[in-house]
Amino acid sequence: MTAFAGLFRRDLRLALRQGSETALVLGFFVLAVVLFPLGVGPEPELLRRIGPGVLWVAALLAALLSLDRLFQTDYEDGGLDLIALSPAPLEIAVLAKCAAHWITTGLPLTAASPFLALLVAVEPHGISVLALSLLLGTPSLSLIGAIAGALTLGARRAGVLSSLIALPLYVPPLVFGAGSVEASVAGTGGRAYLLILGALSLAALPLAPLAVAAALRQALE
Amino acid sequence: MRHRDDPALSPMRVAGRDASAGSLAEAHSRQVELVGRDLACHRGERPVFRGISFRLASGAALAVTGANGSGKSSLLRLLATLLRPQTGQLLWGSTPVWRDPASYRARLHYVGHLDAIKPALSAREMLRSWAVLRGVATPSRSRIDAALAAFALETAADWPCRWLSAGQRRRLALARLLVSPAPIWLLDEPSAGLDGDGQERLEQAIAAHLAAGGRIVVATHLPIAIAAATMLTLDAFRATADAMRADAF
Repeated sequence: MTAFAGLFRRDLRLALRQGSETALVLGFFVLAVVLFPLGVGPEPELLRRIGPGVLWVAALLAALLSLDRLFQTDYEDGGLDLIALSPAPLEIAVLAKCAAHWITTGLPLTAASPFLALLVAVEPHGISVLALSLLLGTPSLSLIGAIAGALTLGARRAGVLSSLIALPLYVPPLVFGAGSVEASVAGTGGRAYLLILGALSLAALPLAPLAVAAALRQALE
Repeated sequence: MRHRDDPALSPMRVAGRDASAGSLAEAHSRQVELVGRDLACHRGERPVFRGISFRLASGAALAVTGANGSGKSSLLRLLATLLRPQTGQLLWGSTPVWRDPASYRARLHYVGHLDAIKPALSAREMLRSWAVLRGVATPSRSRIDAALAAFALETAADWPCRWLSAGQRRRLALARLLVSPAPIWLLDEPSAGLDGDGQERLEQAIAAHLAAGGRIVVATHLPIAIAAATMLTLDAFRATADAMRADAF
């Protein structure tokens, strides 16, 4: 518990001091979403249909940006050795890092989504469902992305490689996340989708750290 | 290696100085030896060394030397359980280390050739976060100050680590040894980049640790004065593919 809290606080402090990661992720999110109305034309009907999907895809891609740096700096400066040698299980340390990652990427994305939803003409009552779906789905993005980040440690082009590994695994949250907004806008209710989205995150919570820790131990050998 | 005949550096302990050995468990752990038996290591597909055996008792030091590429860092990572040996056993007393790696890791400090320093944090913050990682819930400020003073980092204590020179970073990495107690120290080229003063402080820390009953494995090219250290030269244990095949038969 001590090691979890300590690692979590340390990573948050580093992210606050260096500051650029959250700004980069948010900046990419905003730019990606702004490109769509410019590209497909300002027709409200078209935007209304693709809006939720566009937002979810942009959030996914923005989350991918920060993945390879989740473990890369610690791996390169020797800090990963110390984390692996800590008395706390490596899985707990992984959870701490994923939690800090979510607070610096997933949470800002969720907070920015209502404003960007206006840009892509999402229905007003769909905006709250959108924000809720991102809140429930971004933890699984951090956790699943951590698997990709850990698997590509030390590889060349680790950024592209981790994106390639993570994107197929991101499809379930994407489908249920965008689906929840469309269902709620269509009136059939997005509750089932949201519940499944939450279940995905809850399932990733114990399973992803196991995979990540195994990948990290392999990278340290 | 220089061997100092100074009696103050001798690993023999005077009865009154055992103030730190409070608990029965700690007293028992002093009787236990760290034993390596016929250790062999592969990095990837490449065999590095084979047939290494040693015994390390409380208060003893093992100095590992060898040419570049002979496997000094690999041996230290193996002893730190960051690597699994290809063959052979590592035992704490009579228990194989791999049966309960968590409690073995709680007993060791590993200082590799990388410093594990974050440029955005200060030296004091780094020491505190390392201590917390080791399970010390609230690291005492006096202990951190003492560790900084032992390696003459008091003036640099609150600077961001990106301002520290390479030698100062090395000192900070070594100061980590003093922030939380652990009987086994595994040091990989600890004096690389240190000036004369840094080297002396390192030797003092090593001597104090051995005198208090700790044990040390050092991999080094440069001479470090450690009283009565056992030498282990890895060149004699080079593994080649042919030798590994010969051993298998």
